[in-house]
Amino acid sequence: MAELSVLGTDEVPIHTDADVVRVRQLVRAAAVAAKLSLVDQTKIVTAASELARNTLIYGGGGQAVVETVNDGRRRGIRALFRDEGPGIADVDLALTDGYTTGGGLGLGLSGARRLCDEFELDSAVGAGTCIQVTKWTR
Amino acid sequence: MERVPILKIGRVLLVSVQIDLQDQTALALQEDLSERIVSTGARGVLIEISALEIVDSFIGRMLSTIASISRVLDAETVVVGMRPAVAITLVELGLSLGGVRTALNVEKGLEILDRDMTVEDDNVIEDEPAGSAAGSVTEARWPN
Amino acid sequence: MAQSAAASQVLVKTGDEMSLDTELSRLLQILQVHEEDLLSRWTEAVSRQLRGRAVQLEVRRELTEIWNALRAGVAMGTTDAQSPAFDELRSLLAELSRTRARHGFSPRETAIGVLALKDSAQNVLDPAGDGSGLAELYREFLALGRLVDELEMFTFETFAEARERVIADQAEQLLELATPVVKLWDGIVALPLVGTLDSARTQVVMESLLQTLVDTGSAHAIIDITGVPAVDTQVAQHLLKTVVAARLMGAECIVSGIRPQIAQTMVALGIEFGDIATKATLADALALALSQTGTDIVRRAPRRRPRDS
Repeated sequence: MAELSVLGTDEVPIHTDADVVRVRQLVRAAAVAAKLSLVDQTKIVTAASELARNTLIYGGGGQAVVETVNDGRRRGIRALFRDEGPGIADVDLALTDGYTTGGGLGLGLSGARRLCDEFELDSAVGAGTCIQVTKWTR
Repeated sequence: MERVPILKIGRVLLVSVQIDLQDQTALALQEDLSERIVSTGARGVLIEISALEIVDSFIGRMLSTIASISRVLDAETVVVGMRPAVAITLVELGLSLGGVRTALNVEKGLEILDRDMTVEDDNVIEDEPAGSAAGSVTEARWPN
Repeated sequence: MAQSAAASQVLVKTGDEMSLDTELSRLLQILQVHEEDLLSRWTEAVSRQLRGRAVQLEVRRELTEIWNALRAGVAMGTTDAQSPAFDELRSLLAELSRTRARHGFSPRETAIGVLALKDSAQNVLDPAGDGSGLAELYREFLALGRLVDELEMFTFETFAEARERVIADQAEQLLELATPVVKLWDGIVALPLVGTLDSARTQVVMESLLQTLVDTGSAHAIIDITGVPAVDTQVAQHLLKTVVAARLMGAECIVSGIRPQIAQTMVALGIEFGDIATKATLADALALALSQTGTDIVRRAPRRRPRDS
């Protein structure tokens, strides 16, 4: 019924620590412009931070696409993280709290999923990973 | 890369994070703090994060690690000034910052540290008048 | 023969659309001759339904506008209510339904606006009321009926939308109203919750509680749920998360006033409060918070009145 329209798009390459910070700032600015509540802004920025770091550490770098979208009823922020790294062999396992291969807390993926309204993960071993998250205004 | 400044006030090291932390900056802060605790003999660490717009799992882990390291080095860590939205997000993320003490603001954080240190001072110094003893200890430890 | 053709037209809704247009515009031309009579009857019917809640002159002005827009649309050669030819008519109707919805008119009172056109037109064309006046206008009347029904549907949809918006606005206002965080003592605030808690309201209330802790520098909060008849899993989860979040900020929460039914539900749902302090009453919770802040309450023996002085 409702057509999803994209109101604005920004792309950032992720190759260094500083790029992760840049992704955070970009998502924050978009979330403010989309009039997300303060808590929701914080949630989507935190999720973006986790995912951007994953792209850098596990994917060997990649890019982020941040979009402001409208589904006809409400506005939202959609962020896409893409890398051409080794991919994720067991997606279910990777989404389990506390599971990590990189020495972290293992909350990056699972936590990011909890912080967003929509979470899509597409990964193939050897071909890379693509994760898209969306947060809607309430 | 920017570095977060560490201030020394009495027996407490004060870190006020005013920038959007890069992972490397966070790691550097962790190292700097460990060294400063040892070199100054500080008994308390106060990390003020009211300017932080987010705390993700990496920064969360940094805070926990700093608390653990400083405890090994005989200093108590208090994280102060976390924003409500940040706290709500951390809970949702599944991070509880185990082992990290928290306070609403710098003042209350200092109160906690003071109380701890006073208790210890009371335990250690039994024979001498409290005032002069505390004074001499202070001088002996921080000769600058 | 003619009848079956008309019936198939209505059912299949295709066929000679062109002839329907001409039929409708012919009907409107006939009605145009009796415009004064039609508008009077129409205004009368609508006003009767609104029972004096709208000024007759105003109603007539509205209906005249609708009538003109309808004729203008039909003159452009279509009977499709969705076509751009009826843009002006649709915006008129939308505005009317929104106003009606906001002013609390019923769906019937809103719908009558367009619907009464059918009856009024019938009365104008068939003053005797025995059907003789309509005998030759059967197909024409059918075309009008179809268009009016379409417009009717549109009016109703707009009305419903407007009502939903009113309800949403009110819900939002309620949310803002119902977040009273009160100061009980230096460094102790309380959040007395009253009424049913849904997930959205709990979230708003809890955020406002945490913000108050920062603003007032209060390290102790009491969440009193004496006035809450029931909690579901989600609400209980929000409560728990708030307590944990407050801890991350350096404040302690006490939950007081848990009713026996709520305690039973929570245990049945497997919700554990863990090491979160719970107290039976707000007074008990305050006593606990005071002792945590290092404040003692001392009950003094009633002072005796000196006898001689």
